[in-house]
Amino acid sequence: MSGPDRSGELLAIAERVVAMARPGEQVEAYVGRGVSTEVRVYEGEVEHFVSAQSQGIGIRVIRDGRTGSSSAGSLDESVIAEVLVEARDNLGYGEVDEWAGLAAPDGVAVTPQNLWNDALESATPARKIQLAKDLERRTLAIDGRVRVDDSNYMDAFGESAVATTTGIRVAGRENGCHLSVGTLADDGDETQTGFGFAVGRDPEALDIEKAAVDAVERATRLLGATKPESRRTTIVLDPYCTAQFLGIIGSTLNGESVAKGRSLFASRLGESVATPLLTLVDDPTDPRAYTATDIDGEGLAARRNVLVSDGVLKMFVQSSYSARRLGAATTGNGVRGGYGGGPGAGCLALQIVPGARSQAEIIAGIDDGILIQQVQGLHSGVNPVSGDFSTGAAGLTISKGALGTPVREFTIASTLQKMLLDIAEVGGDLEWLPMRATGVSLVIHDVTMSGA
Amino acid sequence: MTTFDLLDDDVLARTLALALRTGADFAEVYATDWRGVGVGLDDGRIEELSTGRNTGAGIRVIHCETTGFAHTADLSPAGLAAAASVAAEAARQGDGATRSIALAERPQRVVSPIEIDPSSIGKAAKVALLRRVDDAARSTGGAITQVSAGYSDGRTRVVIANSDGLLARDERVRTLLRVSAVANGDTGMQTGFDSLGHTMGFELFDKVSVEEVARTAAQRALTKLRARPAPSGSMPVVIKAGSGGVLFHEACGHGLEADLVAKGASVYKGKVGELVASPLVTLVDDGTMTHEWGAIAIDDEGHASQYNVLIENGVLTDYMWDFLRARKEGRSPSGNGRRQSYKHLPMVRMTNTYVLNGDEDPGDIVRDTDHGVYVAHLGGGSVNTATGDFVFGMTEAYLIENGEITEPLREGNLIGNGPQVLRDIDRLGNDFAMGNPGTCGKDGQGVPVGDGQPTLRVKSLTIGGTAS
Repeated sequence: MSGPDRSGELLAIAERVVAMARPGEQVEAYVGRGVSTEVRVYEGEVEHFVSAQSQGIGIRVIRDGRTGSSSAGSLDESVIAEVLVEARDNLGYGEVDEWAGLAAPDGVAVTPQNLWNDALESATPARKIQLAKDLERRTLAIDGRVRVDDSNYMDAFGESAVATTTGIRVAGRENGCHLSVGTLADDGDETQTGFGFAVGRDPEALDIEKAAVDAVERATRLLGATKPESRRTTIVLDPYCTAQFLGIIGSTLNGESVAKGRSLFASRLGESVATPLLTLVDDPTDPRAYTATDIDGEGLAARRNVLVSDGVLKMFVQSSYSARRLGAATTGNGVRGGYGGGPGAGCLALQIVPGARSQAEIIAGIDDGILIQQVQGLHSGVNPVSGDFSTGAAGLTISKGALGTPVREFTIASTLQKMLLDIAEVGGDLEWLPMRATGVSLVIHDVTMSGA
Repeated sequence: MTTFDLLDDDVLARTLALALRTGADFAEVYATDWRGVGVGLDDGRIEELSTGRNTGAGIRVIHCETTGFAHTADLSPAGLAAAASVAAEAARQGDGATRSIALAERPQRVVSPIEIDPSSIGKAAKVALLRRVDDAARSTGGAITQVSAGYSDGRTRVVIANSDGLLARDERVRTLLRVSAVANGDTGMQTGFDSLGHTMGFELFDKVSVEEVARTAAQRALTKLRARPAPSGSMPVVIKAGSGGVLFHEACGHGLEADLVAKGASVYKGKVGELVASPLVTLVDDGTMTHEWGAIAIDDEGHASQYNVLIENGVLTDYMWDFLRARKEGRSPSGNGRRQSYKHLPMVRMTNTYVLNGDEDPGDIVRDTDHGVYVAHLGGGSVNTATGDFVFGMTEAYLIENGEITEPLREGNLIGNGPQVLRDIDRLGNDFAMGNPGTCGKDGQGVPVGDGQPTLRVKSLTIGGTAS
């Protein structure tokens, strides 16, 4: 879709709040509502079936450069009135910020997308359970050494509306579902783990077989893994690992970090920051992306933004605040963590423009290296301000164009700045994942591997 | 603090009866009312003060192996009834008889007495704390170019009732301060972080200097300006008291959670009674540790928190349990059933996990280390419980050369295998300290946890740096 939420109810609530603005006040109301289901199957039985519902409102009031906000997990009239009073009171404690303000319509039209699938709404609980059971069964059927830790079906339906005194009046909705499976492969005393996903908006179109095969392969091919020697080497990042790195790279291209002196790319606009092979876009208008959306957290149209083009840094993602402060154009990248979180700048759906070759073709051309299949501890091992990164990893050696022995319990380290320049190839194997970034195989030269 | 009635006993009993209507074995209502304040300072400015409230109930229904769960923000009898029906339907396995529930209220327990309810303190006082933080951090050194800080407090009222007749209420207060500083130099930008968090009221700030926290964060950033790349490869690592509890949290804590053990997803499965660590190590998970970040009077299933010895002199003594797993095993729970909010199912979780004191002078441990790394502050970590492989980030570290702490190192991850690292602990100091407040993530849920340890040495850990 999009367009207004079916009842228009959320937008009506937001508009009612905005109508209560006093002279001299800017008021923004963000109203959200969601329903989700999570089914977990273990050994052929439903381990849990969670049916979740949430709703809430976040209100920001700005007056004379001061901002106050408040939120509540309720859409009850009396609660909303209290939230507005609180937000007004809170602004008295904020300090004057000349750039404080709300988003205003910027003339960019919403890209029509199909983010709502009615078929998902009519999927029965029994069908959802069946899908998780099928995934478990098919995973187990592939290899006798594999156990399934958990097999999950999840779906989510979200609606939101934003209204402001500056003229924003929008509502949108999206739904989606995914399957995931975690595996354990045993060989004697040794156990290795794997996982697989299938993502979509139509439960009947989820690729169960791929999720099962991925989960089995990831676990079984690590059996017998040893700790490698420390050295510098070429790595091939599996699409899932690339997607995790992209999330961190995205956070360094954030206008708010730039404005506050926290981005290592702050002064690099127009310069080459990566290999010419790299074109990085943030594209929430691609409906295949798990986090595709038609409006951002401030109610501006979501849009395709090219952040890095052929290696050259083109732009930063902006919230209306950071754009105003940097004198840049808005980019529709206001991000909220639900109704309780204030909008900050952030990437919505990162994607590397894919290359041509499959992972197998890429590996065939590598004489000596490592395929990184799992990374561990990115949150503790990457500093997006200094650019230092170091992460635990597991994978397979590559020798003379073929996958060799498995390796684990080592780290790979470099800096984000250097890594972007050391990318030697971008794969053609775009993979959609249940996260804010899309995966693709990446070849990176000269990474320090630390092991025995 | 005032007493309260979040929900009437009557409404709770009726909701439970309804939840059991489809023949379930067990039903539970977990309701909370949270109110909190957050203040953010960044770029020299108080950016925003925000307040929030969240009220709701999660209803869990268990039939045989299946758990049905639904939650609602509507605490009216009708709202609860609707959620109970959804949960019951989700767990439905047959049709059962009507059961009525007699609830017996447990006396409210207090583990962390609160002197000054933060909600009784004016917002201006909270803003003033952050102004002091900003001043102190910036005056630590001219190279400090950016400071961001956050203050938050929250008060949660909890009521838990289940079909076994349990009825328990609790009030939880947490107060937190976080400071992050950026320093700029010839080598680029570096960051430093420190935080302070306790199950305590506003009296926290009478006991601890916020300036000290600010200076620690700033100093960490400044020190790293002259840091050199961390080495790569395996070597001895000495971990300063109060900075490395996360090592045990990851190296074995998660692997001792009974839900992961039950699924055969832990390297510690079947190891009770066996030597799993150096005999120097006695590891405890202690929910009763007054005022610590992971302290809880009762867990999120209504059971009293406990002092649980997990490893004693290197021997694995027990796992941690939630009610569901304990019930299956016919044993008592250990007070480790926790959840992020009423929107989440409880799981086995840690509280405050720490290693008891050894008897060595920490200075001797460094002096006896010829070449290695001294870690003075750790960031987060993570573990694969099935393989035992874990990582954790060092955010303040130094080289040890000839028994002396020398040059600062840039950030990096350390990596190890849990069972191996536990055996490789060869020195243990007598200077126990708790570390920073943490948030432990598992299966998408975060809960507050604490950790601690005395200075200790691991014979060999892999440092994930870039220098050879």
